[in-house]
Amino acid sequence: MKILVCISNVPDTTTKVKFVDDSKKLDVNGIQWVINPWDELALTRALELKDDAANGVQTVTVAHVGLVSSDPTIRKALAIGADDAIRVNTESGDAYSIAAQLADAVKDGGFDVILCGIESSDHNGSTVGGMLAEFLGCPSVTGVSSVKFENAQAVITRELDGAKEILTLPTPFVAVVQKGIAKEPRIAAMRGIMMARSKPIKVVEPQAIDSLTEVLGYEMPKARAACKYVSADDAGQLISLLQNEAKVF
Amino acid sequence: MSVLVFLENWDGKFKKLSFELVSYASKVAEMLGDQAIALTIGKVEDPELEKLSTYGAAKVIAIENEAFKALDDQAYTSLIADVALKTEAKVLVLANNNTGKALAPRLSVRLKAGVASGVSKLPVSTNPFVVYKKVFSGKAFANVAIKTDVKILTLAQNSFDLIESPKDFISEKLAIKPDEQLLKTTVKEVQKQTGKILITDADIVVSGGRGMKSPDNWGPLVELAGLLGAATACSRPVSDEGWRSHDEHTGQTGKIIAPNLYFAIGISGATQHLAGISSSKFIVAINTDKDAPIFEAAQYGIVGDAAKILPKLVDAVKEMKSK
Ligand SMILES: Cc1cc2nc3c(=O)[nH]c(=O)nc-3n(C[C@H](O)[C@H](O)[C@H](O)COP(=O)(O)OP(=O)(O)OC[C@H]3O[C@@H](n4cnc5c(N)ncnc54)[C@H](O)[C@@H]3O)c2cc1C
Ligand SMILES: Nc1ncnc2c1ncn2[C@@H]1O[C@H](COP(=O)(O)O)[C@@H](O)[C@H]1O
Repeated sequence: MKILVCISNVPDTTTKVKFVDDSKKLDVNGIQWVINPWDELALTRALELKDDAANGVQTVTVAHVGLVSSDPTIRKALAIGADDAIRVNTESGDAYSIAAQLADAVKDGGFDVILCGIESSDHNGSTVGGMLAEFLGCPSVTGVSSVKFENAQAVITRELDGAKEILTLPTPFVAVVQKGIAKEPRIAAMRGIMMARSKPIKVVEPQAIDSLTEVLGYEMPKARAACKYVSADDAGQLISLLQNEAKVF
Repeated sequence: MSVLVFLENWDGKFKKLSFELVSYASKVAEMLGDQAIALTIGKVEDPELEKLSTYGAAKVIAIENEAFKALDDQAYTSLIADVALKTEAKVLVLANNNTGKALAPRLSVRLKAGVASGVSKLPVSTNPFVVYKKVFSGKAFANVAIKTDVKILTLAQNSFDLIESPKDFISEKLAIKPDEQLLKTTVKEVQKQTGKILITDADIVVSGGRGMKSPDNWGPLVELAGLLGAATACSRPVSDEGWRSHDEHTGQTGKIIAPNLYFAIGISGATQHLAGISSSKFIVAINTDKDAPIFEAAQYGIVGDAAKILPKLVDAVKEMKSK
């Protein structure tokens, strides 16, 4: 069994974002790039599955669409424990083009389980995983909080509004994972960091694929009205403000 | 031509989210000079379907077949894509929940239609087709142009007001047999959450953080929520430590919500927490630290000890309700 984890390279979650070029581009100055938090958890789960020999996982591969500047993030995934990596060498466009590039790069890789995160913390698309599955023509399941194997069968927990479902799917499939998939992201140990240096990153040249959408420009959120304070001694006053001023009840 | 809105149902019933979707789709249709067509898959009785026309659906297409009982991404995609082609849909609208997140991307590839997900407002313009959407977990917004002939939008829950614009109830029931080859998802077990307001559905959410100090102090918070008909929520460390259940955790790595009112009690307001709640219409912060970042996001604040303040709020709500 081979597992693939798709990783995106995003600004650290504490980054204060700023834009340049007439608000058309992210100001990358001083940004610390990390593996998208969901993908880090997906990778952790893939490695947990590999750890248990009963699951018969031979390799865990990571795939990324991006330029050579993403290599430190890919190396980090290798240091955490991925066996090898595939990078499609192109500036990532919209979700459609990312998924199309990924599909082309991995379609002949013999992957049985493909894990994607529920959203990347930059564009908040929540779309690459499902698109990849459609390009590959394989089943998908979104909102996955658990993946395990029982008698060589993938058993998946899916979280829908108001219900949790336990389901099975034949391989290959794409699972789009969310909270619960792994507890804490696995961190790289010194040995892993050393080993990562010699692990292969296969660089694939991109296909000619156009984006279907385009960001015309960014805006900062509108400033909220300043906070109105109510004295702690008179806390009940808050309720009448909420009722009469904010009119929320 | 049409704007096609896909609606899931919960045991044959719709919920507020469904009517938000129909309201949104019919406004988009109005902008385009088209009509909104609602599509449901599953067993829904006529009186329930009729509600969709109240919010502007010019037609309701209902597909009923036991085989579609469970969500199978491929089978559903194939069905919705067929209906989209038949109705000459120019825009498809789905919810930005896990069902919509499962289907919208597959439909995008199938129909070669650009997607903008998590929109909360009507398109900025329809020619070019530009929508405004949240990016960087709420730290910024983007104007995104969708360049394809067919467009797909997923709507953030609780972000679009219900608009009644009653139409005649016209329904079409389709008995479609699924392509057995496509049905690959076998659901073994369904665990329904019952008796609890889902935090994604709630108009009011009362949420506690590490400042609640201990799992034993939650009584007044839960009581306040109960009195307000609100859902309870918490910050990540609170669910990590098992003080509250995991489905209550809000934030970047938990649930992303947009209630009318969010109480952040003993929550510092870390950016990852704000990422899940910054679309709330009103935020109330209660915190002992006057410099806590949550006060920058809040419209109403009380600097003080949650343990002392919560009982006072409970009393004030009781008094309000007795009037
Ligand atoms: C990748 C990543 C993702 C994350 N995702 C999330 C997420 O989805 N959701 C999330 O919540 N966090 C998330 N976090 C964690 C986040 O950074 C914060 O650590 C967390 O939100 C803090 O929770 P808290 O506010 O409850 O606790 P604290 O930061 O410890 O704050 C407690 C607050 O309570 C106040 N307080 C203390 N005593 C009292 C009292 N008696 N009465 C009233 N107030 C009091 C304090 O002044 C303080 O402001 C994430 C972190 C990372 C790195
Ligand atoms: N550039 C990329 N390269 C590889 N995988 C990606 C890339 N962008 C997004 N993904 C995957 O798709 C998931 C969802 O991203 P998105 O649809 O952009 O919100 C991420 O969690 C990753 O698993």
